[in-house]
Amino acid sequence: MHSSDVGIRATDKTARIVTVTELVTTADGKGRRNNPPRRIKLDRSDWTLRTISYITVSLFALFCALPFVLILSASFSSESEIMKTGFGLLPKGFTFEAYSYIFKAPRQIIGSYAVTILMTVFGTAIGLLVISMTGYALFRQDFPFRNGISFFIYFTTLFSAGLAPTYLWIARDLGLRGSYLAVFLQLLMTPWLIILMKNFMRTVPYEIVESGKVDGAGDFRIFWQLSLPMMKPALATVGLFLALGYWNEWYLSSLYLGSTVEFKPLQYHLYNIINTANALKNSVAGSNVSWTELPSNTLKMASAVVATGPIVLLYPFVQKYFVSGITVGAVKG
Amino acid sequence: MTGIDAATEKVARVKPPHRKGRAWRQIRDSRVLLLMCVPAVIFFLVFSYAPLPGSWIAFTNFNYRDGIFGSPFVGFKNFEFLIKSGQLWLLTRNTILYNLAFIVLGNILQIALAIMLNEIRMKYFKKITQAVMFLPYFISVVLVGVIAFNLLNYDTGALNALIEQTGGDPIKIYSTAGAWPIIIILVHLWQSTGYGSIVYFAAIMGIDRGLFEAAAIDGANAWQRIRYIILPSLKPTFIILLLFSLGGIMRGNFGLFWNLVGNNAALFQATDIIETSVYRMILAQNNFTSSTAVGLYQSLFGFALVMLANGIVRRINKDYALF
Repeated sequence: MHSSDVGIRATDKTARIVTVTELVTTADGKGRRNNPPRRIKLDRSDWTLRTISYITVSLFALFCALPFVLILSASFSSESEIMKTGFGLLPKGFTFEAYSYIFKAPRQIIGSYAVTILMTVFGTAIGLLVISMTGYALFRQDFPFRNGISFFIYFTTLFSAGLAPTYLWIARDLGLRGSYLAVFLQLLMTPWLIILMKNFMRTVPYEIVESGKVDGAGDFRIFWQLSLPMMKPALATVGLFLALGYWNEWYLSSLYLGSTVEFKPLQYHLYNIINTANALKNSVAGSNVSWTELPSNTLKMASAVVATGPIVLLYPFVQKYFVSGITVGAVKG
Repeated sequence: MTGIDAATEKVARVKPPHRKGRAWRQIRDSRVLLLMCVPAVIFFLVFSYAPLPGSWIAFTNFNYRDGIFGSPFVGFKNFEFLIKSGQLWLLTRNTILYNLAFIVLGNILQIALAIMLNEIRMKYFKKITQAVMFLPYFISVVLVGVIAFNLLNYDTGALNALIEQTGGDPIKIYSTAGAWPIIIILVHLWQSTGYGSIVYFAAIMGIDRGLFEAAAIDGANAWQRIRYIILPSLKPTFIILLLFSLGGIMRGNFGLFWNLVGNNAALFQATDIIETSVYRMILAQNNFTSSTAVGLYQSLFGFALVMLANGIVRRINKDYALF
C-alpha cells in the first residue's frame, strides 16, 4: 500500500503547482482574493535576487533558443555566402535555394515522412493500448500476480543483455534485420512508461472498480468503460512519450535497417544526410545535380528543419503533458 | 464447542488438497487481468529476457557458423584482452567521469534555475522562458549533431566565422580532443537543465508558504530564505535523485556522444564511452566477443551499483526506495 501513496503524492504535487503558481501571481499582481496573503515588504536583497533571476533566466532561455535560430537562418542562406563567411545568426543572402532542392525531388523525404508517420500513429495507438491494459492490471490491488509481473517487467531495467546479444537475437534469430518491424516492435513500450501509467492510474478512485464489480461488470469492461475515460491525462502523457520515441527514432534504424530499406525513418534519413556525402546527393536524386553545384551546407540545415519542423510546431500544445510526465514519473522511475 | 472444533477440523482437513487448487483458482478468478498483461509479458520475454543467454558469447570465440553455444569456449580470455589492452579501463573511466560531471553540474544548475524560476512573477515571462528551456529535451539527438556541425565545423562553422571576424585564426575543433569534454558537457547541460529543473521547481512549490512569511516577519533577507528554507527542503529530493543517478553511472548517453563525435578516432581517448565503443565494435568491426564482454561487464557492474544505491535510499526513507 505504501507504494501507492507515492503516486498520489506526486499527482497532488502537480495539482498544487497550479494552485500555488496562481496564488503567487495573484498575490503579486492586482488579484484580490478574499483571503489575501500578507503583503511581504521586499527589501534590497529581494530586489537583487529578483533582478538576477530575471536576467539569468532570460540569458539561459536565449542560450537554449540560439541553436535553433542558427539552423533556421542557415537553411535560408545562400551556399556561396556560407562558403565565404560561414554560418551566422542571421540568414546570409536570403534564399529558398536549399528547400527548392529538397522539394524538386521530394520522393525521399515524402517516403521517410510516410514511414515515420505510420510508425508513430500505429506504434502510439498499439503501445497505449498494451501499456494501459498492463498498467491497469498492475494497479488492481486484488490482482494476485501483481507483484510477480511488476518485478518481471521491472527487472529488465536492472539487468539486461548487452547490445551485442540483443542484436544477434533480433537480427539473426528472429530474422528481423532489414525489417521495419525490428524498429516498430522494440519501441512499443518501456518499463518506465508502464510504471508511469500505473502511478497515474492511482488518480482513478478505487471505488469505481468496486462499484463496477458490484454491478457485475467484467474486469475488462471496468477497465475499458469506467477507468479509461478517467485516464485522459495519463493517456496523453504516455502517448506523448511514445510518439516522441517513434518520431525521434534513429538508433534502432541504424542498427537493424542500415541501408536495406529505400525509405528510412525521418531522423535516420537526416542522420545519413549529415554524416555521409552520398546520402546527401541521393536525397535530391532525380534533380540531376553535379557534386559541385550541390549546396551541401545549407541543404543539410534545410533537411534538419524539414525533419524537425512538425514536432516543434506541435510542442506548445503538448508541453503540459511533457511536464506532468516528469512530475509523476520522477518519484519512482 | 464440539461443533466449532469439528468445523475447524474440517477446514484443516480440507485445506491440504485445497491448496493445490488455490493457485489454479486464483488464475481462473483473475484470468481477464492476466490476459491483459499477456502482450507486455510476451514483449519483455522476447526483447529483454530471450537475449540474456546470449551473454555466453563473452566466454567464447564466437563465430556465425557454430552459433552462440557451439563456438569454442575460451573462459575469461576476452576479458583479459580488454583489461590488458587498457580499453576496459579507458571506457570505464570516461563513462564514469562524464556521468559524474553531468550529475554534479546538472543538479547544481537545475537547483539554481528552479530557485530563480521561483522568483519570476510575470506569468507570461515564466511560461515562455520555460517553454524555450524545455525545447532542447524534446528534439531528436540527430538534430543536436546538426547543431554541433553548424557551430563547430572548420570551414563554415559559426564559431570559426566569429573568430575570423574578430581577426583570430580558425580552430580545427574536430581534431582537438581536449575541447570535447567541455563541448559534450555543455551540450548535455543545454539539453537537460531546463527539463530537469521541473522536479526541483515542483519541490520548491511544495514548501509551506507560511515558512516564508514567518521568515519575512523575523527579518530574513532573500539569501537567508534560500539558505535556511529552500535549500534544506530540497535536500531529500536532491539526495534521492543523486543516489539514483549514481546508480546509473555506468550507463552512458549513447545518442549524444555518437551524434557529436561519431566515428572520429582522433577523439576517442577523450570521448569514447562504453556504449559508443560497443556500437562501433558491432557495426564497424563485426566483433561480437569483445562487445558482449564489455556489455556483460557493464550490466553486472551497473546492477551492483543500482542495488547499492537502492539499499542506501531504503535506509534513508523506505518510501522512496525502488523496491
